[in-house]
Amino acid sequence: MGEEEGTVYPKANTVYDHMRPETHQYTQIGKSKPRIDGVAKATGAGKYCGDMKFPNMLYGKLLGSPHAHAKILSIDTSEAEKIPGVMKVITHKDVPDLKYGISPARWDENVLCVNKALFVGDKVAAVACVDEETCYKALKAIKVEYEVLPAVLDYQTAMNEDQPQIHEEYERNINTEIHHKFGDPDKAFAEAYLVRTDHFQGQRTYQCPIEPHSAISIWKDNKLTVYSSTQSVHYFQYYIAREFGLKMGDVRVIRPLVGGGFGGKLEPTGLEFCGAVLSKLTGRPVKMFYDRYEMFQHNRGRHQGVYDISTAVDKDGKILGVRTNFVLDGGAYTSLGIATAYYSGGLLPLTYDFDHYQFDLMRMYTNLPACGAQRGHGAPQPKYAFESHLDNVAEELGLDPVEFRKRNARQPYTNTCNGMGIQTCRLSEALDKIEILTDWKKKRTPGGLPKGRGIGMATGSFVTGAGYPIYRNDYPSSSAMIRINEDGTSATLYTNAIDIGQGSDTVLCQMAAEAMGYRYEQMKIVTGDTEIAPLDFGAYSSRQTAYCGWACKRAGEEIKAKILETAGFMLHLPPEDLLCVDNKIWSMSRPKVKPITFEEVAKKYFIIKGPLVGTGVYTVPRLGGYHKGAPVATSPCYSFCTQAAEVEVDEETGEIKIIHAWDVHDAGQIINPALMKGQVHGAFGMGYSETVSEQVIFNDKGKILNGDLAGYRLITALDMPSFTNDTIPSNDEPATPWGLKEIGEGSNNPTMGAVRNAIYNAIGVNVPILPMSYENIWRAIQRKKAEDAQKTG
Amino acid sequence: MSSNYITDSHGIRRYLVTINVNGIDYTRVIKANVLLANFLREELDLTGTKKGCEIGDCGSCTVLLNDKPVNSCLVLALECDGMSVTTVEGLATTSSLDIIQEKFLEFGAIQCGYCSAGMIMSAKALLMKNPKPTEEEVRKGISGNLCRCTGYINIIKAILSASGQEVPN
Repeated sequence: MGEEEGTVYPKANTVYDHMRPETHQYTQIGKSKPRIDGVAKATGAGKYCGDMKFPNMLYGKLLGSPHAHAKILSIDTSEAEKIPGVMKVITHKDVPDLKYGISPARWDENVLCVNKALFVGDKVAAVACVDEETCYKALKAIKVEYEVLPAVLDYQTAMNEDQPQIHEEYERNINTEIHHKFGDPDKAFAEAYLVRTDHFQGQRTYQCPIEPHSAISIWKDNKLTVYSSTQSVHYFQYYIAREFGLKMGDVRVIRPLVGGGFGGKLEPTGLEFCGAVLSKLTGRPVKMFYDRYEMFQHNRGRHQGVYDISTAVDKDGKILGVRTNFVLDGGAYTSLGIATAYYSGGLLPLTYDFDHYQFDLMRMYTNLPACGAQRGHGAPQPKYAFESHLDNVAEELGLDPVEFRKRNARQPYTNTCNGMGIQTCRLSEALDKIEILTDWKKKRTPGGLPKGRGIGMATGSFVTGAGYPIYRNDYPSSSAMIRINEDGTSATLYTNAIDIGQGSDTVLCQMAAEAMGYRYEQMKIVTGDTEIAPLDFGAYSSRQTAYCGWACKRAGEEIKAKILETAGFMLHLPPEDLLCVDNKIWSMSRPKVKPITFEEVAKKYFIIKGPLVGTGVYTVPRLGGYHKGAPVATSPCYSFCTQAAEVEVDEETGEIKIIHAWDVHDAGQIINPALMKGQVHGAFGMGYSETVSEQVIFNDKGKILNGDLAGYRLITALDMPSFTNDTIPSNDEPATPWGLKEIGEGSNNPTMGAVRNAIYNAIGVNVPILPMSYENIWRAIQRKKAEDAQKTG
Repeated sequence: MSSNYITDSHGIRRYLVTINVNGIDYTRVIKANVLLANFLREELDLTGTKKGCEIGDCGSCTVLLNDKPVNSCLVLALECDGMSVTTVEGLATTSSLDIIQEKFLEFGAIQCGYCSAGMIMSAKALLMKNPKPTEEEVRKGISGNLCRCTGYINIIKAILSASGQEVPN
């Protein structure tokens, strides 16, 4: 991709300036630097929360409800308390009754259920014991008397009058209702040359990070310390302090290494809340953790939904207007689902330009595990439906799908009809490029591919950071601090941006080093400790590289200014004449001045002035429209991409084999090309897995039937296709440091649509339901055959 | 299997076992239900071996037992009495990493890192048995190890490269 070329030194016959780097060339970013945490992870030395131990530590587990919807009549813990090694058993009487959730209007979850349990696995009691084995004995010995209530298991009928009501405050089980209208959709549809409507259905999926959730709470001397597998130490600190009426300064949240999150580790859970109480009551550290089945029950994964989409087009294939009507299964609690609901329709106008848009949605409460923010937050399933629908529209128009998308592609410096401001956008170029890379025109010609094969594509886009903070506050979005070691040989970056595997620690160090004129290899980083590092809201909405990147850049520039001032003093030159790059300081006007190192200047600074520290902060500007829900989906910057997949379907069995996949990304300045490619591979793999095999399945009592990694089918190394990564290089995005864009979630946005469109191209049969499993494809083919036989017969 | 045991005051037997882990003999007194994964993590503090499911689905706890890859969550420590175990901690020396570890770093095969230990041990077992595997053989060799971050692509490349084959990065 060309970003990895080394510095080119200009030729000159003077003493030093032939070695001086060009001012416009980057030395630390745009390079595939090795991960800063790589060796620790490769050797097994790195500690995740579940690997940690403290002297005198107890083990804790939660007791889940066996019923999907039940009144709790009584809880008898006396037998459990008699078991040797059981140190404490708690119920709702022992914990605060303050409800929590993402926003004050939707605080609907208790630390432990008070009157009712709302899904199978809902937390009813908790135990702390000397070891894990004793915990299971204790859980079995707790006697809970339930009155089983009729449960709401089908979100599509959850709003019916005859359905039981789950939460007192929410009539007809409607958790969130959205009715947005932008422009004049009625007029657009009335004037259209063609209107097409399609119906699609998604499925419940779960993030499935390979590391199970874990938390260790230590409540001692009025101070609570929590080690947790979290995506946001700040958000945890805020909610844990709020729940227990503690000052935020008395709650310390620490993130050890995190083994994947994908949105599932963004909210505090019963592990932190109950662990804290158990630690306070026993006076000992308490480690709590989910096993794999409990992770599925805790969930907070992808909402399933039904998606009705209508599009009005003119005879040239220009999209005039779009109408969407979605119903989402939210599960028993709001979790982050109110944001999911707004994201579902809010992001759809990103990649295509149309003026008239109606977005209606209902997010339903059901007696199933709560759904939340899974990679791509709310967008991937609606996007799958929209991209599938657009291929259907193109077919009706007799237009090639790429050509149809080109005619409607989002252009730079435009606004979407729902108030999102787009700065740079190279979607058109990404469409051109994927057409060439895939040999699209040839493969889409009849006979261009062998029978049973097909190729499909889709577009994607995502916010480079949410425009508004995760909970209401007036803090800046991100902050960072850099301290140079006294002798100048290393620099430590402090921030609470959270590396959950995506590589933020690495790219933030690269950006800090670039801004300082220092070297990545000499960077150290301290993240994820609220007592040591300054605020960042954490890993969600693909925000950290941009937001914390700004904070690191500004902190680095402050250091560099101090270095140049000191260097000017040392060299008897004005700081303005000096260039500080890659640990060296050069005079730009005097080629015979011998360059000095950052290190010696930093040491001199310390001797004269004390600690060399720089700080940086970034606050998102006010963004978006003024309608209800407008803040969700706003961002200072959007990434764009196109993806394509080539598949082979066995029409006898429905078996899908994916031959190859392509991704072309408008991701601005790439900070670390290797990490960027890895993110795209992972996002595509996850999207492909969701398209063809993943689904959480329940029995008729609301109990999960496949809450394990054998029954819940993640793709393996045998299923992943070979892959082509490409980019549309640029660095002119004004809203981000160095013109970068997000990569982690937008690359998951087009995948399901691209794979679906490829399957459709291969078999000519619409499978309007996820997952497009072998069985679902086989059944659709059989249906089509029967219909065709009826027509001809 | 060890026949040396003591019976505690609750009538529970505790067995004397000696397991060679990464070249060192460790002798411990354990209950019969202790899993090898827990023996390594709890008794020996070798937490490089990860637990992702504890029922043999994810492969994160893969170790070599007498040079064969096993899910250490499906093996009782008691069964390993007198046997040798290699964990991820046993691959690198103080001065150098194993070639597979090096290639995992070079090819960006590690993201969150939670599957990495198991993945690297499966790769080790594969290359011990089949020093020049084809891409398909590599895919099969790690098909029991789930990764949620990488889409496997860079892992496959890293293993092929560790076997000395030319791989475009």
